[in-house]
Amino acid sequence: MANVKSLQELDKVVIRFAGDSGDGMQLTGSQFTFTSAILGNDVATFPDFPAEIRAPQGTLEGVSGFQVQIGKTDVYTPGDRADVLVAMNPAALKSNIHWIREGGNLIVDTDAFTEKNIAKAGYDENPLEDGTLDHYNLLKAPIASMTKTALEDLDIDNKAVFRSKNMFALGIMYWLFGRSMEPTEKFLENKFKKAPVLIEANKKALYAGYFYAETVEALPSTYKVPAAKIETGKYRHISGNQATAWGLMAGAEKMGRKLFYGSYPITPASDILHELSRHKQLGVITLQAEDEIAAVCSAIGASYAGQIGVTASSGPGIALKGEAIGLAVMTELPLVIIDVQRGGPSTGLPTKTEQADLNIAVFGRNSESPAIVIAASTPADCFDFGFEAVRLAYEHMSPVLLLTDGYLANGSEPWKIPSMKDLPEIKVKLAEEGSENFHPYTRNPETLSRLWAYPGMKGLEHRIGGLEKEDVSGNVSYDPENHEKMTKLRADKIARVANNIPEQKVEGNGDGDLLMVGWGGTYGAMLTAIKELTEEGYKVDLAHFNYISPLPKNTGEILKKYSKILVCELNLGQFASYLAGIYPGTTFEKFNKIQGQPFSVTELKEKVKNLI
Amino acid sequence: MAETATTNYTKKDFASDQMVRWCPGCGDYAILNAIQNALPRLGRAKEDFVFISGIGCAARFPYYMNTYGFHTIHGRGPAIATGTKLANPKLSVWEIQGDGDALAIGASHFIHAIRRNVDMNIIMFNNEIYGLTKGQFSPTSREGLVTKSTPFGVIDRPFVAGELVIGAQGSFFARTIDTNPKLMADIFVKAEQHRGTSLVEVLQNCVIFNDKTHKAVTSKENRDDFQLHLEHGEPMLFGKDKNRGIIRIGSQLKSATIGENGITIDDILIHDAHSEDNALHLQLIKMHPPEFPMALGVIRAVQAPAYNELVDHQMAEAKANNPITNMDELLNSGNVWNVN
Repeated sequence: MANVKSLQELDKVVIRFAGDSGDGMQLTGSQFTFTSAILGNDVATFPDFPAEIRAPQGTLEGVSGFQVQIGKTDVYTPGDRADVLVAMNPAALKSNIHWIREGGNLIVDTDAFTEKNIAKAGYDENPLEDGTLDHYNLLKAPIASMTKTALEDLDIDNKAVFRSKNMFALGIMYWLFGRSMEPTEKFLENKFKKAPVLIEANKKALYAGYFYAETVEALPSTYKVPAAKIETGKYRHISGNQATAWGLMAGAEKMGRKLFYGSYPITPASDILHELSRHKQLGVITLQAEDEIAAVCSAIGASYAGQIGVTASSGPGIALKGEAIGLAVMTELPLVIIDVQRGGPSTGLPTKTEQADLNIAVFGRNSESPAIVIAASTPADCFDFGFEAVRLAYEHMSPVLLLTDGYLANGSEPWKIPSMKDLPEIKVKLAEEGSENFHPYTRNPETLSRLWAYPGMKGLEHRIGGLEKEDVSGNVSYDPENHEKMTKLRADKIARVANNIPEQKVEGNGDGDLLMVGWGGTYGAMLTAIKELTEEGYKVDLAHFNYISPLPKNTGEILKKYSKILVCELNLGQFASYLAGIYPGTTFEKFNKIQGQPFSVTELKEKVKNLI
Repeated sequence: MAETATTNYTKKDFASDQMVRWCPGCGDYAILNAIQNALPRLGRAKEDFVFISGIGCAARFPYYMNTYGFHTIHGRGPAIATGTKLANPKLSVWEIQGDGDALAIGASHFIHAIRRNVDMNIIMFNNEIYGLTKGQFSPTSREGLVTKSTPFGVIDRPFVAGELVIGAQGSFFARTIDTNPKLMADIFVKAEQHRGTSLVEVLQNCVIFNDKTHKAVTSKENRDDFQLHLEHGEPMLFGKDKNRGIIRIGSQLKSATIGENGITIDDILIHDAHSEDNALHLQLIKMHPPEFPMALGVIRAVQAPAYNELVDHQMAEAKANNPITNMDELLNSGNVWNVN
């Protein structure tokens, strides 16, 4: 391109799109991401959107953001600070300006900077003119009016014109990063195949943005982020919730049983329901129940009938499901419960991420009520842990709580497509049909899980329920000694799951001055932190946990090797307290954040540097 | 499905080895007997029967049945039974509830199960009191009833179970009494044969906390005058000599005597349980002594798509139309790219 001032090659770049929640920023961001992934970049995304579907236009409450990091090296997080911020109005600028790095590129739609909008965003003066943005490379683009001009020949209403301006912004970004527009064109052709005029409108806006950026050359340089060196193979893009859904389906297919998903809509878990409800051809049954309790109960009913019973929710729903999960503990039925964690307590921050449901997952039922608790750590490994939840539930006849979070659920990454034949077998011990003297609480001596017999199996009719069971026979028993024995058996059964899960890994050189400990969705930020710290000469290792209850068998051994242990989590220290209870005498330093936002790599590194 | 007798089960085959622990004289014994009598008439394999219950005296029921049984948590039986039936539609699913379980803590599941019309049978034992928690009023207790939690009398207005069933667009509602074993067994058979959610209300006596609450209907001196045994296609007659009946004046029902005021047999309403229009069914449900006899038998039985059949239908359609037949195909579908 002749009129480009300079072309900078970058290893990694972070881009953030922000606008009104009706401006289509999520779509713009995901298109940019998808195109970059196809071109061979590694990518990680973070949608950051409000709970209100359409808060009043132009207000801070209505701002929706989408951040993506693309790189030629491994990318584990959406990045701390944006190199490029696209702000579609004053409110988007105001609530996102702290996300952009000093000297970063800022693209704004000047048409949206009306007096009214400036006031709505809470600015006293027009920030484009008062010098407050002097630290940034500012591109003032009249996006709305140029989009309107570009589309004036088309027979569409003003609303449709207005809605196309996100494509204009995307066009600018495609020019800036030298991206092909072809994948987005294909996407538009598919999305609007019933309304060809909209295909034309969106494509025209996309091209108009691209040519505008090329012509004005207002930014100091364009960028090149070369393709990453990633493992060869076939890839697709996947979000956490989609991966969870597919992992569950893979588990059901492996077992040759139907997946039954009972659920009540709740942010940020609903996309699992949406995804599963599309796959009836693979034997998936979804029930949108009347409430959270009916959702978990219907899943228990399905497990009881011999299929794969699954429910999912977020914190408030998990609280409602507690009694029913206890029933599954008592009756020793397999059940998968997914908690897509969000900010709490109560309704809290529905669209923001948090890791504060660890306690409710491990302890949140009446009495001694042990269950298996695991956590996914990246959007794509939600697939592995969805599958693992099914495997553990059925091999151990127990409820399994799988913790993901809003950050994983809505985040996405390229994923090397696995093959079903590479997934482990799921070994279920069924009672033998017609066997004499069948007792429902006969246990596998190794795992202590009871034999499974379900309605329809001949000659095995029996009764189970929430009342305490007599050992072996399963008859109702109020005997004091029996109750203690059964309570201990249920606990021991869960403890023995440790024999059936992998040992805990340590990342780094294994001889660090400090061990960072994390769990679940913070993996990307923590891994990036120890890699960067190691490059800077610090000796830091990472133990990032996916298995919470029980813990991997070698956990104590690992902890013993380090004089300093720093537990980082997005809560006030729940995992640290849990570990302290199991490993008394070990000192756990804590780093906690509870802002509805993921850790930044920078803040993790600073904390470590302060401690070493 | 017609009533068949392809199995050789007897009542005894359906009795479990557990000692029945209801209070002596409890109406639940008669209901248990009636269900054990009804099941051999259904011609189904024993392993296909499932009894699911919530919490309460009635909810102990599954322990006494030699079938698959699941004693669950308070009020949630219909939700668990829904999952069980959808997961394995071949099963014959029975859900046992008391009035507190069904209409207080589990009221939401009760109406939603009926609305969905999953093919299962909900048998609701209505004794108008909480028994297991020892004598508090229930959502069906009558106004003024003095109980442990209402020493000055109940001021809540009671639910009529059948009204909720009609409101929830129920396809089957029957009412019976614990003092009539034959009527109970016949209704249970009809309930199982109906495709959809069959709701059977059993007026049941709690001998300890609410004794004789249904005596205006069930007692020896009242039973002829205050029980209307409905049969589809038959006139709504009652009384010892079957000379009394239900007539309609304007939009209102009236209890009348044949031969008085010019009333003839032709004035007596004919019961149409299969009528889509539920207005008359609702009027029958609401009748009670002393103005009216209590309507017993199958009050409403209409054909409506069962939810589990719709689920199976959608699944079959998806299988026929969707080219993706397994996970490997799904994983490799859509936007995928190769990294070389």
